[in-house]
Amino acid sequence: MNARDLATGFAPILLVVALLALVPLFVSSNTVLNFLVFTLIIALAAQGWNLLAGYGGQFSFGHAAFFGTGAYAAAILQVNLGLNAYVAFLVGIGLGALVGFVIGYLSFRSGLRGSYFALVTLAFAEVLRILANSAGFTGGAAGILIPLEVSAWNFQFESRAAYYWVALALVGAVLVLVRAIERARFGAQLVAVRENEAAARALGVDALAVKLKAIAISGAITAAAGGLYAQYFLYLDALIAYGPWISIEALLAPIVGGLGTVFGPLVGALALHGLSEGSKMFTGEIPGIDLVVFGVVLILVVAFTPDGIMGVLGRLRRRLAGSTAKSTANAAPLPAREEPAA
Amino acid sequence: MFSPDIVLTATINGLMTGAVYALIALGLTLVYGVLHIINFAHGATLTAAMFGVLVLHQALGLDPYLAILVLTPLFFAVGYAVQRLVIGPASHGEDVNILLVTLGLAIIIENALLGIFRSDTRSVDTPYGFSVIEVGDLFLSTPRVIAFFGSIAVAGLLWLALARTDTGKAIRAVAKEKTGAALVGIDVRHVYAVTFGLGAACVAIAACLLMPTFYVNPRVGGAFVLVAFTIVVLGGMGSIPGALLGGLFIGVVESLSGLYLGESLGQIGIFLIFILVLLFRPTGLFGAKA
Repeated sequence: MNARDLATGFAPILLVVALLALVPLFVSSNTVLNFLVFTLIIALAAQGWNLLAGYGGQFSFGHAAFFGTGAYAAAILQVNLGLNAYVAFLVGIGLGALVGFVIGYLSFRSGLRGSYFALVTLAFAEVLRILANSAGFTGGAAGILIPLEVSAWNFQFESRAAYYWVALALVGAVLVLVRAIERARFGAQLVAVRENEAAARALGVDALAVKLKAIAISGAITAAAGGLYAQYFLYLDALIAYGPWISIEALLAPIVGGLGTVFGPLVGALALHGLSEGSKMFTGEIPGIDLVVFGVVLILVVAFTPDGIMGVLGRLRRRLAGSTAKSTANAAPLPAREEPAA
Repeated sequence: MFSPDIVLTATINGLMTGAVYALIALGLTLVYGVLHIINFAHGATLTAAMFGVLVLHQALGLDPYLAILVLTPLFFAVGYAVQRLVIGPASHGEDVNILLVTLGLAIIIENALLGIFRSDTRSVDTPYGFSVIEVGDLFLSTPRVIAFFGSIAVAGLLWLALARTDTGKAIRAVAKEKTGAALVGIDVRHVYAVTFGLGAACVAIAACLLMPTFYVNPRVGGAFVLVAFTIVVLGGMGSIPGALLGGLFIGVVESLSGLYLGESLGQIGIFLIFILVLLFRPTGLFGAKA
């Protein structure tokens, strides 16, 4: 990877994360910081979904399976086994990858794709939700509470700003990870599988292995979001952890922000939740109004700008660039470029 | 163990619930068979129809069974319009887009209902709500018996309509080969919309048959739709007899697993069947032709 690749690929991520890191220096309102932490958690979960669906073309309707696994692992390992919070968090990420691998192994090996894959992931998430709701060690229907013991050692912070920086650091790390995947051989193979699985296989891509790797990483990322959620809110029940709401959030943000783009999930999560806060302010407290807005936005995006906000931005930038000198660096990079054979 | 009487009652109750499940699944499988899409808004449509029954009953005192005469044409028309004006144009003919658009519709319908009716659970009071029919040693709830025969009758009518009428033939032609159907002069977009309307109409009838014994809240459709997906997959996507058999089977499975495993774990039986069938026999247990 040469210097220009570094500049065009990773510098924007660094810039965005650095700018976002300055926010708590200017904003001290807990309401705003709460909103931002929650949005970052969604963006993290959504980035996991984006890797599998945006780059790999496998649309999951059940990413709650991973989110809930990460969240429950963080809570249960601390409360029932007395593990350190960071260890529990990391184990949760590992379990998220494992659940991803198992679901992926079962469904991809059976050749499920498209609508069938969406349905089977949904069913897996629902099974986990019902199990978590009935089992004893998850706290059952009453849910599970992580005892409040504020200390950095416990992954619990006094200020919202600290949570914000932790969430931002995780989002930043995953942005870098996804950018690196996009530029690696694996990313190219993933996109090849998305575009035409048969052709990819004919070229010698092991499609099953590629999809399995993608769903495992995807599960790990979304599980990290779940673990962070548990550490932030310190309370979980089956409907929070494995409920359909997070599956929907995880897919909405990348679709609105830009499917298969590195910044799509973050941009989408910020736009959607900004819009939902705005609509709440505008209409007062009508329950469900923010979700009605989400539904309308989803349909409008699918109908009119299938490449989301990032796609619109890219077209704008190209139009602006087109009026000045044409430079190749400005041609918005495709989701993945084939690296010359190393 | 339970006495044979209890098991028998549970089985018959399961069959009666299963018939309504089958009717809901029928709408889903019909849309799948013709448009090759999974309609995620199916459950939300059911919820909307159940609220329709509730509103007609509370505002006009209309009996749930008479509401069939109002809601069936209404839902047919709305289904037709939604496919023609929203789903068709918005999805650019791509499966994944249709999935997302119908998901968007489901979110809108469910939450609009939540905004209007709040999350309270409501039901309709009818004079016959708790009446029973005695069959031998068994006591069967009258509205559920009516729901059973009503669902089977609607399934039969739909089957006849598809087999005998010109529109039915057009629908089957589009299901088999849409380009060919378009070439012989069938308006494919019209057929798509009619099919979607029929799916919504099935759900409207199911809602009317359900309401005398069931409750409604904005989330109630979600429970039904997953069951309906299971039935559709089990019966073979797009197969009407498959949906009917699958519905009855799932009704019995749910009833018996509820008896032996308890209410909340009982649901798992259905999801496990769903996952297993998807993984190992995605064409359905009843081996439906494509």
